[in-house]
Amino acid sequence: MSVYINGTAAFISQNTLNFNEFQKGLVEYETDFLKTVPVDYKPFMTPIEARRMSKIVKDSIVAAETALKQAGVTMPDAIICGTGLGIITDTEKFLEKMIDDKEQYLTPTSFIQSTHNTVAAQIALRLKCHNYNFTYVNRGHSFESALLDSIMMLREGKRNILVGGGDEMTPHYFSVTKKTGFWKQEIVKNTELFGTKTSGALCGEGVAFFLADSQKSKSTHTELVDLKLFYKPADIKEIFDTIKIFLDANLTKISDIDLVILGNNGDWEQDKIYKTLQETIFEEVPQAYFKHLSGEYHTCGAFALWLASQIVSHKKYPEFIKANEMKTDKINTVLIYNHYSNINHSLFLLKSI
Amino acid sequence: MRIFVTGTGVITAIGNNTAENLDSLVKNKSGIGKITLLDTVHRNEFPIGEVKLSDDSIFKLLDIKEPGAYTRTALLGMKAASEAYLQAGNLDKRKYKTALISATTVAGMGKSELYYGKYLHENFSNEYIKTHEAADSTEKIADFLKIKDFITTISTACSSSANAVMFGARLIKAGIVDRALVGGVDSLSKFTLNGFNTLMILDKQLCRPFDNSRAGLNMGEGAGFLVLDSEKTVKTENLHVLAELAGYGNANDAHHQTASSPDGYGPYLAMKAALELSGLNAKDIDYVNVHGTGTPNNDLSEGYALLRLFNGNVPPFSSTKANTGHTLAAAGGIEAVFSVLALQSSLLFPNLNFGEKMNEFDLIPNLNLQKNTIKHVLSNSFGFGGNDTSLIFSKI
Repeated sequence: MSVYINGTAAFISQNTLNFNEFQKGLVEYETDFLKTVPVDYKPFMTPIEARRMSKIVKDSIVAAETALKQAGVTMPDAIICGTGLGIITDTEKFLEKMIDDKEQYLTPTSFIQSTHNTVAAQIALRLKCHNYNFTYVNRGHSFESALLDSIMMLREGKRNILVGGGDEMTPHYFSVTKKTGFWKQEIVKNTELFGTKTSGALCGEGVAFFLADSQKSKSTHTELVDLKLFYKPADIKEIFDTIKIFLDANLTKISDIDLVILGNNGDWEQDKIYKTLQETIFEEVPQAYFKHLSGEYHTCGAFALWLASQIVSHKKYPEFIKANEMKTDKINTVLIYNHYSNINHSLFLLKSI
Repeated sequence: MRIFVTGTGVITAIGNNTAENLDSLVKNKSGIGKITLLDTVHRNEFPIGEVKLSDDSIFKLLDIKEPGAYTRTALLGMKAASEAYLQAGNLDKRKYKTALISATTVAGMGKSELYYGKYLHENFSNEYIKTHEAADSTEKIADFLKIKDFITTISTACSSSANAVMFGARLIKAGIVDRALVGGVDSLSKFTLNGFNTLMILDKQLCRPFDNSRAGLNMGEGAGFLVLDSEKTVKTENLHVLAELAGYGNANDAHHQTASSPDGYGPYLAMKAALELSGLNAKDIDYVNVHGTGTPNNDLSEGYALLRLFNGNVPPFSSTKANTGHTLAAAGGIEAVFSVLALQSSLLFPNLNFGEKMNEFDLIPNLNLQKNTIKHVLSNSFGFGGNDTSLIFSKI
């Protein structure tokens, strides 16, 4: 059985509404976190509906319904979402009010919205979809768990799985998590992210949704050949070995890979893993970056999959994602390797149809 | 492929392990009472089901060697998960790929609500910033038990850990892992207590599931875990089997973000899906451990769903939430353990605090401890976002 991506949409700090617009040029920022561009909700919901929901929920609804429409699907057999932080805006709103007002005068709206599975639930509610509905919340394997579940669903005979991932960042939660040193302490230019010699990642946010099915259609972007999730590898050797076993299992040689998309995030320490791979097994492979576009967040793997799907289907990619000078005359096979904080590591293998 | 339960672990307001919980269920004991550990202005207002151990006591009990930031969520999870895992037996992980699927809704909120103001407004930070995220407790359990092959966390409100059970079984059937430690954990927090309070679904009295005068739920905390093994592993390693996981189903009510539909369509679909997968008929079910939170909305909706599924002949059922309180993401895992206990001990657990049947129908829960042969148990867990899950456990 094969897995096909028959529809996809994403929102990050760049113009991702369509790939040709996206390709025209990188939107430059000088910032400490990359915010998602404003999304036009009007075709999807009334202003009253839009006011009630936080940005991540609305962006997810638009991305999900766009992916469904592209694939010509009205009722998916499953809705599966991933989010590392959940609805942090509403969580924070309720938490701060509770602390400030000493547990008095609270209203339920932000509590109701704060539940981690709000996005999957709201999509189901809008579609009146009674089918399987799951939400994974496992840091850098939130979206990847959802995608794995989708593949399992298709193997179990289900069709048309709506799968997505998203995270939002708020100024308050950013300032709190910045204290751990995980984020860059200084303002950087996203165009110069990979030249920085400081620690800390460039923070980001975004959502991406996909319609995955076991059957090809005229809207198919790509085939998702395989996905591998691995947890806290002991050393670089385990990462090498896992990549090799993954490619072998899929009868793919390193030389077959036309583009490898890597999750470098600008953190001098964390990027060492990628750099080692870039200088060894992937030395001869055309390489690309994506986190100067999306920033680092738990579910940025979903954006990387959007990018890879578009590249495979359009058979081209823009200069501003290139990470080395290697060239290819064809784009049939794309590999994504990403890790979150050296805890959650993921490999995605895509092929053109 | 058949999936078997080879280990159980549980910690709730009525006991710190499986044996203590069974003993309390048999003795009609409730663990719900005055708030003692949670520092809240609602201390004297709402009864609550607290686990009777401090964080320090659990830490010592577990003999944790690895220093780090352990939230109550992580500690409760580690306690119940390690009990289940030890009972099933620590097989060679090079031979048997092992997954941990845990569930939580509250995650590290217990610590976040304590420090958030200071994180935000003062030059203050500590290691609990990193424990806010839901995966933290799962990683703590995984690292404690050295499980590495597959780890994930599910959060679908109050059906979360029932979904963890379901996903673990599917991972084994898919051949991705050989065995799975599955379940969930939630600890009490001011955040959830106040949240449920704003929704006006907390009862100031003891909760009364399926009673006409029911006025809401009592919150609880705890963790419940199971070890699931394939038939092949059970045979090869000669494992002791406690029960079979015969069926599971998840459906969405698609009615409202927090309320269940009046006719319980989502709950009905989840139960029906579990039944279909198990190959059983509705009349084969001997006992239903209902979700039965004691809120006016849930019990009405669940009651109608039961009447529809069983065509009016609802088998003996009870809610154990009057014993433990509603433990949110942990409830599905805890009640899965209770379902296995019902099968093993041939006991129908009573539904506490019941006085008068609901006006809308004639459903009366099981009121006394009954010894009876039980072959198949249905366990329900329903949550916000219309997320409904049912599990079926069968006697071996």
